[in-house]
Amino acid sequence: MIGAMMASSYNEDGHITVSGPGGGTLRSKKPENTAFKQQRLPAWQPILTAGTVLPAFFIIGLIFIPIGIGLYVTSNNIKEFEIDYTGEDVSSPCFNCSQSFSWNSTRPCTCVIPFYLEQPYESSVFMYYGLSNFYQNHRRYVKSRDDSQLNGDMESLLKPSKECEPYAMNENKPIAPCGAIANSMFNDTFELFYNDPNGTKVQIPLSNTGIAWWTDKHVKFRNPGLNNPNLTAAFQGTTKPVNWRRPVYELDSAPDNNGFINEDFIVWMRTAALPTFRKLYRIINKTSNMVPTLPRGNYTLEVVYNYPVRSFDGRKRMILSTISWMGGKNPFLGIAYITVGSVCFFLGVVLLIIHHKCGNRSNSADISN
Amino acid sequence: MARESEDPAMTKASKVKRQRKKKPKENKTRTVHANILYDNAKGEENPNRHYANNEIKTTKYTLLSFLPKNLFEQFHRFANVYFVFIALLNFVPVVNAFQPELALAPVVFILSVTAIKDLWEDYRRHRSDQEINHMDCLVYSRAERRYVEKYWKELRVGDFIRLRCNEILPADVLLLSSSDPDRLCHIETATLDGETNLKQRQVVRSFYDLDCDFNPLKYNSIIECEKPNNDLNRFRGYIIHRSGRRDALYKENLLLRGCTIRNTEEAVGIVIYAGHETKAMLNNNGPRYKRSKLERQMNVDVFWCVIILLVMCLFAAVGHGLWMFQYGDKRPVFDVLSPEGTDLSPIMSAIYLFLTMIIVFQVLIPISLFVSIEIVKICQVYFIHQDMELYDEETDSHLQCRALNITEDLGQMQYIFSDKTGTLTENKMVFRRCTVAGVEYSHDANARRLAMYQEMDSEEEECTSHGGTLPRRDSVTSHQSARVVLRSQSTKSHRRTGSRAEAKRASILSKHTAFSSPMEKDITPDPQLLDKVNDCSSQMDFMRFHSQPTSQLPSDLADIIDFFIALTICNTVVVSSPNQPRQKVRMRFEMKSPVKTIETFIRRFTPSRLTSGSNNSSSSSLITNRSSNKGCSSLLSSPSAESTLTKLDEEQTPRGLEHAFSPVPPCYDGKGWNLEEGELRYEAESPDEAALVYAARAYKCSLVGRLPDQVTVELPHLGKLSFELLHTLGFDSTRKRMSVVVRHPLTDQITVYTKGADSVIMDLIRPPDTGSSKGKRQKKIVNRTQNYLNLYAADGLRTLCIAKKILSKEQYACWLQRHLEAETAIQGREELLFESALRLETNLHLLGATGIEDRLQDGVPETIASLRKAGLQIWVLTGDKQETAVNIAYACKLLDPEEEILTLNADSQEACALLLEESLHYIQAKFLCSSTEQATKSFHGSFAPFEIYSSSSPSSHSSSHTAAPFTVHRLGLVIDGRTLAYALDKSLEDKFLAVARSCRSVLCCRSTPLQKSMVVKLVRNKLKVMTLAIGDGANDVSMIQVADVGVGISGQEGMQAVMASDFALPRFRYLQKLLLVHGHWCYSRLANMILYFFYKNAMFVALIFWYQFYCGFSGSAMIDQWYLIFFNLMFSAFPQLITGTLDKDVSAETLQQLPQLYVNGQNSEEYKPYMFWMNMIDAFYQSLVCFFIPYFAYADSDVDLFTWGTPITTLALFTILVHLGIETKTWTWMNWLSIAFSIALFFTVALCYNASCPTCYTPSNPYWTMQRLLQDPLFYLLCVITPLVALLPRYFYRACQGTLFPSPVQVGRQLDKLPAETRRNILSLSRVKVGSPLSPKPPFLSLTKPSPEVCNKKDQRSFPGSKTSQGPVLQTVQQSGRSPLGPTDTERGLSDLYTLLPTEIDTLPYTKDAPPLSGGPHPPSSQDSECLDKTLEAADLSLSSWITSTPLLTQTDSVQLKLPPDGDSQCVTYTRSSEEGLKSDHSVHPAQRTEQAADQSLHTIL
Repeated sequence: MIGAMMASSYNEDGHITVSGPGGGTLRSKKPENTAFKQQRLPAWQPILTAGTVLPAFFIIGLIFIPIGIGLYVTSNNIKEFEIDYTGEDVSSPCFNCSQSFSWNSTRPCTCVIPFYLEQPYESSVFMYYGLSNFYQNHRRYVKSRDDSQLNGDMESLLKPSKECEPYAMNENKPIAPCGAIANSMFNDTFELFYNDPNGTKVQIPLSNTGIAWWTDKHVKFRNPGLNNPNLTAAFQGTTKPVNWRRPVYELDSAPDNNGFINEDFIVWMRTAALPTFRKLYRIINKTSNMVPTLPRGNYTLEVVYNYPVRSFDGRKRMILSTISWMGGKNPFLGIAYITVGSVCFFLGVVLLIIHHKCGNRSNSADISN
Repeated sequence: MARESEDPAMTKASKVKRQRKKKPKENKTRTVHANILYDNAKGEENPNRHYANNEIKTTKYTLLSFLPKNLFEQFHRFANVYFVFIALLNFVPVVNAFQPELALAPVVFILSVTAIKDLWEDYRRHRSDQEINHMDCLVYSRAERRYVEKYWKELRVGDFIRLRCNEILPADVLLLSSSDPDRLCHIETATLDGETNLKQRQVVRSFYDLDCDFNPLKYNSIIECEKPNNDLNRFRGYIIHRSGRRDALYKENLLLRGCTIRNTEEAVGIVIYAGHETKAMLNNNGPRYKRSKLERQMNVDVFWCVIILLVMCLFAAVGHGLWMFQYGDKRPVFDVLSPEGTDLSPIMSAIYLFLTMIIVFQVLIPISLFVSIEIVKICQVYFIHQDMELYDEETDSHLQCRALNITEDLGQMQYIFSDKTGTLTENKMVFRRCTVAGVEYSHDANARRLAMYQEMDSEEEECTSHGGTLPRRDSVTSHQSARVVLRSQSTKSHRRTGSRAEAKRASILSKHTAFSSPMEKDITPDPQLLDKVNDCSSQMDFMRFHSQPTSQLPSDLADIIDFFIALTICNTVVVSSPNQPRQKVRMRFEMKSPVKTIETFIRRFTPSRLTSGSNNSSSSSLITNRSSNKGCSSLLSSPSAESTLTKLDEEQTPRGLEHAFSPVPPCYDGKGWNLEEGELRYEAESPDEAALVYAARAYKCSLVGRLPDQVTVELPHLGKLSFELLHTLGFDSTRKRMSVVVRHPLTDQITVYTKGADSVIMDLIRPPDTGSSKGKRQKKIVNRTQNYLNLYAADGLRTLCIAKKILSKEQYACWLQRHLEAETAIQGREELLFESALRLETNLHLLGATGIEDRLQDGVPETIASLRKAGLQIWVLTGDKQETAVNIAYACKLLDPEEEILTLNADSQEACALLLEESLHYIQAKFLCSSTEQATKSFHGSFAPFEIYSSSSPSSHSSSHTAAPFTVHRLGLVIDGRTLAYALDKSLEDKFLAVARSCRSVLCCRSTPLQKSMVVKLVRNKLKVMTLAIGDGANDVSMIQVADVGVGISGQEGMQAVMASDFALPRFRYLQKLLLVHGHWCYSRLANMILYFFYKNAMFVALIFWYQFYCGFSGSAMIDQWYLIFFNLMFSAFPQLITGTLDKDVSAETLQQLPQLYVNGQNSEEYKPYMFWMNMIDAFYQSLVCFFIPYFAYADSDVDLFTWGTPITTLALFTILVHLGIETKTWTWMNWLSIAFSIALFFTVALCYNASCPTCYTPSNPYWTMQRLLQDPLFYLLCVITPLVALLPRYFYRACQGTLFPSPVQVGRQLDKLPAETRRNILSLSRVKVGSPLSPKPPFLSLTKPSPEVCNKKDQRSFPGSKTSQGPVLQTVQQSGRSPLGPTDTERGLSDLYTLLPTEIDTLPYTKDAPPLSGGPHPPSSQDSECLDKTLEAADLSLSSWITSTPLLTQTDSVQLKLPPDGDSQCVTYTRSSEEGLKSDHSVHPAQRTEQAADQSLHTIL
């Protein structure tokens, strides 16, 4: 198209068009009579009037309301329990711990929080930690990492990208993992106990695998020194992030969950979208069909309180939740669907009225007149 | 462009060089030496070396210079600089938002698209240059002593080249030799000026008498001529021979580059200008660049976007500062220090953030908008090009868009300024009638014949449309028009219909020829006149044989024969035979060189020779001399028969009176001559010349040959007569006439035949001495002729007067002496020649006058009617005289017989001021007085059907007319050139505009090209409206250039108008589709696309803006930078381009049937300033929805930044696409495909991108995000609900708008949906219904002030369909007629008069050929006439007496208001005329009739 255009415009440039000795081109310049060139392509021409859009509104209403109800019910069936253990309040068991601001206090502070579950949790339960007012999405924070290093690249391990600045080097040693994200990794630990009605305290087994994306654990994050079982050697010459207590190769005892492929670490590295977020901490797997994963009753949460949030007015929470096909508990979508469906239905009615009042008039004026 | 800048530099350089070593005087000229003299010196010595060589290079770039030069040019566009700035900003670490390399991508993309386009264009230019540069030509080589083939590019100034027939000239060449016996060379200049007739060029005079072979080696003259310039019609210089003799050079000696040699076997010339210095190259200015109104408006909004951008950035910066501030010294872990590890103060980081935000939000300034608009415009131009309905088969040409970037302006025109001749009319002159010696020959049969053509045209079209294409056949051989048209195809194909369709086919067969159509050729002679001609010539024949002096012939018969001789020879028509169109018919009975020196004159016209004719030694020696020359050339070209024949002739030549009557053997020219003489073809420079020659041929006075020194005419009974052509004083627009000086073969008298505009010729007529009876008769003839002339003019015919003058030898000798001086003068030659012509053309004897019809082009009245319905004001600016112009205006419905005409003729500034004042008062009084009555009556019952539109139409009009205190009334304004000159004065222009804008149509007669452009400029600048100028001739160029859109008619009058225009149309009627359909489409498409662009970018950017509230205003984006950058460029780019190119809001048919829809574009209704803001608001709303629905859906979840951002991107894409869907009016498969493609592209890119590299794309690192999202049901749920919620308001609004207050365009669209038949029915009704509220008349109907009665009546008449629609409309008119509440009697009287008179005219003889207008004058209803009874009688009386004698019929429907010539006439105003009513009005008429001195007094004709 453009080519053809230019040909003609070009001739109009005033060039002497070279024609044969006869001085004439015999081919007629008559444009081709094709639907495309004559702009007569078959077309659908919707006209938006009350009459024509009416059905759409009603159909949307009719479809959305049931979907909304379904979503709402699904969301409501999800059981969720949340404890804020920030310790702002003096009465809170974690108050003392929260007074510490230091990242690297040698003495771990532990607080014990009892709580009561009113409903039994039948299926697998996901244990989250939640942070509020934590801007993991800050532009400079998000960038502050070195993906190559995390992918096990030896060169980057020893020479972290400048994106990690100012958390790239410490005491002239490269930090592994470098960057602000890793540096600020959440380091509280939870233990959950079920207070048996008998009075015994049963520790609930928390699984720390399967909490990260499979691709992250197996593709994105790799330990340096391929298949080197000795992580300590692999991380030779690097130093731990400033705020960390242990080097990265001591995050977990299990070799397939240590170093960069430690799932807690991977989960933390996936920066949250919003300042209030939760991250998966552990999974309480369903053991058998007969017994609920978490029966109704009293529980104790033991928190090793390390992570300071008071400097930015943050909050820390522990959440227990079951999930459904649509994720965690969130009634919003269901309500949204119901609302939108109803609004559409209502607008449909309004249009119906308009159509009856005015549509007829204009139509008759247009057509019969 | 580069060339242009190059050329001056080059010439400057050469100038400087020459200045150094030569006399400064020579700087003004160019000196050309023959190159062969310097061949060995190679450059150093060659005086021509400074001149440009013949290699042309129109390319802008070379391989090396392309990149820098192209980039430099592109950075002239501010937007590009801005985007590069932003991209570079990204390289600053503190503020960078994206990966710097990635941020460069859009800019690089945009720049490279443009660069590739430029490169491609340049490459094509280069290829064409190469092709041209490598064409062959024969150049004389000194070494080889012969002509050798060389490439064009090797040609140098000063080279001798030999040109053969049909060769294209490689450079501007001075003609030194020609194989033509007359030393002529014929060229076709179609490539230069589009004129297809042959032009004669003459060998330089000093080489005229050379032997047959020109030997370059003997050439040793020096040529001194003008510097290169672009004036095609001027060339001056002289040639200095070794002897020191100087010979002048004219444009007739110069062959221009690009022309084609025709009819000439061989020619030799010397190159004067080469390459870029040739006139053809200097003339070509390349395409034009204009900025359209829409783009200007768009730029304002781009500016607003910048403001919005800055506000958003500022907001974010302040927010960031505050956010930082709240933490105080406690630095949170997520607030990362700057890379240097330094702590940033809140203020500093706010400043940095401001810059970052500019980068992040850059998308708001639509980088791709400019490129997209360019692409869409190119596509639009392509489609306009391809429109079959804009293709003219007759000329095999279609519309050309020469300006590529103002297509949408076509949809916004408000004023059209049109030329008349050749634009509204065909410029095909058809002889209609004539008057000879005071007797009128009305040529009724001819008129009937012409009427038939029209009928046949329509039938033919019908037939062809049904029967497909007819077999092409050679219709050239027969030209008799058929009287009957048979409908059967088979018979038809064997008949000659002679209609236009026929002419079309003929012209397809014989392209590149300028032959008149049969319509112009086949003139049916008036039997009476034919008899007289026969009679006369037989008498002359008789007298010749009896050697009686022809002066005994009765003077009227003598006049008749002279009249036809004048028609035949007083022109520059070239005769050619049909079978070899370009082969000139040669008939040389006598060989004489033209009278070039006084000696030859004396030699030839010595009385001895004239009386005895026995002795002519001198001339015979000349003849032998020439005949040897002839023999030589005849070997080359002329058939041997001819040469023998000429010799034969020569022997017989000098035999006194007899010599002219050579018995020509019938076998003159082989087969060519066997054909009837009617087969000769005439090629004329102007079509009226040809028309007259054809007319004369119809009376058997045919032109059979024309040579530079002789014209041969065949007369009935008399056979062939050769007139020795002594001089031709060509036509010029100042003299307005042309003359030939010939020696009459019968009387041997030197006769001057003059043909020219009646106004000038009538003044040059010898005042008859009233004493003698002959003188009385003469006077009577003059008076009668004047009457007929007026009549013709009133009929819309072009009038020409024919006169003659007999010179005595002494007079001639005396004149010749001075004329020759003038001819040879070098300084001021034109002026001297002009004066010389003036001296000759005096004391003429009037022979008669002709009326030539310049036929209206097909469909002009319809086009004008529908353009006017479209709300366009049409002004006609013509050079024609008032009467002709007014009548053409009536014929093409520009003026309505029911309209009042305001005629402004003043001959002083004050008078003009007064007239304007008067008119203004009149208009105000007439149209504003009864506003109170109006209020009570406006709700007339008949307007009930308009009601549904009342909500929309007044608003649109009030908005468009708020600036205009005047509305358009049913008034016509006629102003002549002189008055126009006064009116255009600074002091009066405002008043003039005030008057003119309230008139529905304006007609400026006798206006000069400059005035035309001044009028356009005035209207354009003062009224701030969009103007379109359309014209076809060189005199329209200035107007075309001044107007917003210039349209050239690529018709008969050359290409100058086309060269200056933005669009070139083959015919005027195509303007309708161009404006109403393509203009409308282009405008609405682009307007919608631009609005959509703004919306799209704002909506997308706002998403990120909302996010700033949730990321501490840190400039973070949840949308991956790839999506962010490529969203505009790729993902959402195609559908809008498709919609911008293909969307049709209303179908072409409806747009043409309902021209009122054009108002949409005039009022810029698709894109008003508030719409930008509405779109912005909508964009912000939609982005809020697209942001917050995912926000709440993912609130307090473990979603990460980009897993959350990707759905938002997807939702935005969906929303944007569906939004486009709502705005798309027609869905073709291309729309579907483009949307599907966009979505597919997005997902494909996303999936590939997210799977390609786990570590590469910092910071987002979206590995496997999309893949996971696609497994998430929540994602799909979001995809359904979010676009829906986002678009619900718009969708709902559109639906309500479509029902409650549909715009006219929507009504049109609804009509589109109906089946064709129903639609036709409705449209026929809606002429009345839909038409009124939409056209610019509604304010007149409902808002403004005419008295309701007048109003109703006029409305009823304005719609042709109203008669058939019967019912309510007519009834109401009758009611209102009866209504006692009418205006005052006088007012009614006035209005009635206006309507009455035209109906009277209808019966008059001279208006009958004005096509009966369907909606035009129709008998007033009985009620109307009843109330007129009392006035009727008076009117009748005065009219009947008046009409018979006064030819200015057009003024019948006017009330005249005669003002005394002196200035203090304010007392005589419109009030007087209305008070005295009819009586006073009519008493004026007789006065006007007798007193042509009306010119003296200024009179308003209202």
